[in-house]
Amino acid sequence: MKVNIQAKIIKKEKLLNDLYKFSVEAKEIAESAKPGNFIEVRVQNSIEPLLRRPISIYNIEKEQGIIEFIFQVKGKGTNILAQREVGEELDIIGPLGYGTFTIKNYNKVAIIGGGIGTFPLYELAKELKQTTNTKVDTYIGFRTKELVVLEKEFEQVSDNLIITTDDGSYKTKGFAINELKQNVEKEPVDMIFACGPLPMLKAVQSYAIEKNIPCQISLEEKMACGLGVCLGCAVKTKNSPQDQPQYWHVCKAGPVFDATDVEI
Amino acid sequence: MNLEVNLAGIKMKNPVTVASGTFGYGREYSELIDISKLGAIVTKGTSLKPKAGNKPPRVYETTAGMLNSIGLQNPGVEYFAQNDLPFLRKFDTKIIVNACGSTQEEYVELCKILNTLDIDGVELNLSCPNVKAGCMAFGTTYEGVKQITSSVRKVLDKPLIVKLTPNVTNIQEPAKGAEDAGADAISLINTLLGMSIDINTRRPHLANNMGGLSGPAIKPVGVRMVYQAHNAVKIPILGLGGIVTGNDVIEYMLAGATAISIGTGNFISPDTSIKAIEQIEEYMRKNKIEDINEIIGKVQMN
Ligand SMILES: Cc1cc2nc3c(=O)[nH]c(=O)nc-3n(C[C@H](O)[C@H](O)[C@H](O)COP(=O)(O)O)c2cc1C
Repeated sequence: MKVNIQAKIIKKEKLLNDLYKFSVEAKEIAESAKPGNFIEVRVQNSIEPLLRRPISIYNIEKEQGIIEFIFQVKGKGTNILAQREVGEELDIIGPLGYGTFTIKNYNKVAIIGGGIGTFPLYELAKELKQTTNTKVDTYIGFRTKELVVLEKEFEQVSDNLIITTDDGSYKTKGFAINELKQNVEKEPVDMIFACGPLPMLKAVQSYAIEKNIPCQISLEEKMACGLGVCLGCAVKTKNSPQDQPQYWHVCKAGPVFDATDVEI
Repeated sequence: MNLEVNLAGIKMKNPVTVASGTFGYGREYSELIDISKLGAIVTKGTSLKPKAGNKPPRVYETTAGMLNSIGLQNPGVEYFAQNDLPFLRKFDTKIIVNACGSTQEEYVELCKILNTLDIDGVELNLSCPNVKAGCMAFGTTYEGVKQITSSVRKVLDKPLIVKLTPNVTNIQEPAKGAEDAGADAISLINTLLGMSIDINTRRPHLANNMGGLSGPAIKPVGVRMVYQAHNAVKIPILGLGGIVTGNDVIEYMLAGATAISIGTGNFISPDTSIKAIEQIEEYMRKNKIEDINEIIGKVQMN
């Protein structure tokens, strides 16, 4: 069930120059959150910036009643958020989104993420490893060595972790999707989970559809309420005609969609 | 202390309602707040047939405000009647349906159906800037508003509120058009037509290029227009635009509003409307006001 709470910041970590991880006490959210869910954070108690910031949940510690999220400082709102300190309370609504990653027993899955799109995939991999017998191969791509984060964390929740950098400055050179394709050709997977930049999602989506592999992708779109009320975060449904498009909403039907359901 | 107001025959327990398009049909927010505390709920703009809405991106945050070009996406009146109305009726609050169409015939057909439903009133949306045909096209002139309002009035026995656009030179003209056609009340303002450009791509942020500006940024415009409309017509006014606190509500009521709606404020915090009600009570206690109706239109101009 979604709740609006004042969540105390209990830990704040700077992962990169512009990348922060917050741990907050959010018992009610941790209880019911699923991998793929997001939260709406009010960065400070004022009307400027006006809207909450949607941020995906990185890690859920149900027993401790803690959730963690990672965000990049991109503008006004995230800049203010980055200045919030341990001990302060954050006004949060969550867990949001009815479309979440499907957790069940698979033989083997491939999880693929790029850049700052890797974060919601951690809880997914973790739950698959902790609650099912699924073999998890994780592919994460970064632009360059300096931007590589969460290597250790993903290693712990994956059977194989394949890291790529676009410029070859760390691990395998090239795009994560190419590694995924090579390995999937050798040994099939039951599902591909993806989150990341749009070009990567498009590549994963068309590959999965072409090869008939079930695939779930997590999407982003500009959002106001995050609750399914304002109908702002529209994404076109796959099968509706161009001249009469129909729409899903990322905050409601998503953020995780079946790759065959959406046109991105 | 009395907070009850009577808006065009709709008796509300307090003057605070939630604005069309910012509260859906109540479901989502009912999980987070007690919507029975509200004076009324104004539903999402509802049309005769379902509408898919505009291309994304549909929303963009601006300074103390936001632009939207949703395009009146809604499931249509039949779906509303079957699915949302029975749900909303479970709560102890008034239901006002925001009605939109693209032709006069459509408005009339829609209102014929609305007349048969168990709702407390209709807010006729003649002011949406985000759809090509209809809506705002009718709402900018005395004649346009009068014509469409009269045709609807003939088929609608329920309280009729006409929602006006601020995108006009003189708000008093469309306001009088509504009054002369027999509207029971007017509501204003809808969003102000705006635009915002990405300086890197040199393209507007919204796929639709332009959109409606809402939120605290527009409040002074709303207050001014409510004041001007109040001076031009005798029918009550539902005031809105940028309201986020109880003090904002008082300001609108002093300008001439009998009741108000909170729109974008709901997105800031789900309990904005509930807090506003508490703040109104506080203001009344502090200023020894027994009846909220005492302050309507009581601004003293310099
Ligand atoms: C996302 C969004 C959707 C809206 N949809 C409608 C609508 O369907 N019908 C309508 O009459 N007004 C609609 N409006 C306008 C509001 O009801 C209101 O008139 C306007 O936003 C100003 O009030 P505010 O500043 O409190 O938001 C919409 C506004 C927003 C932000």
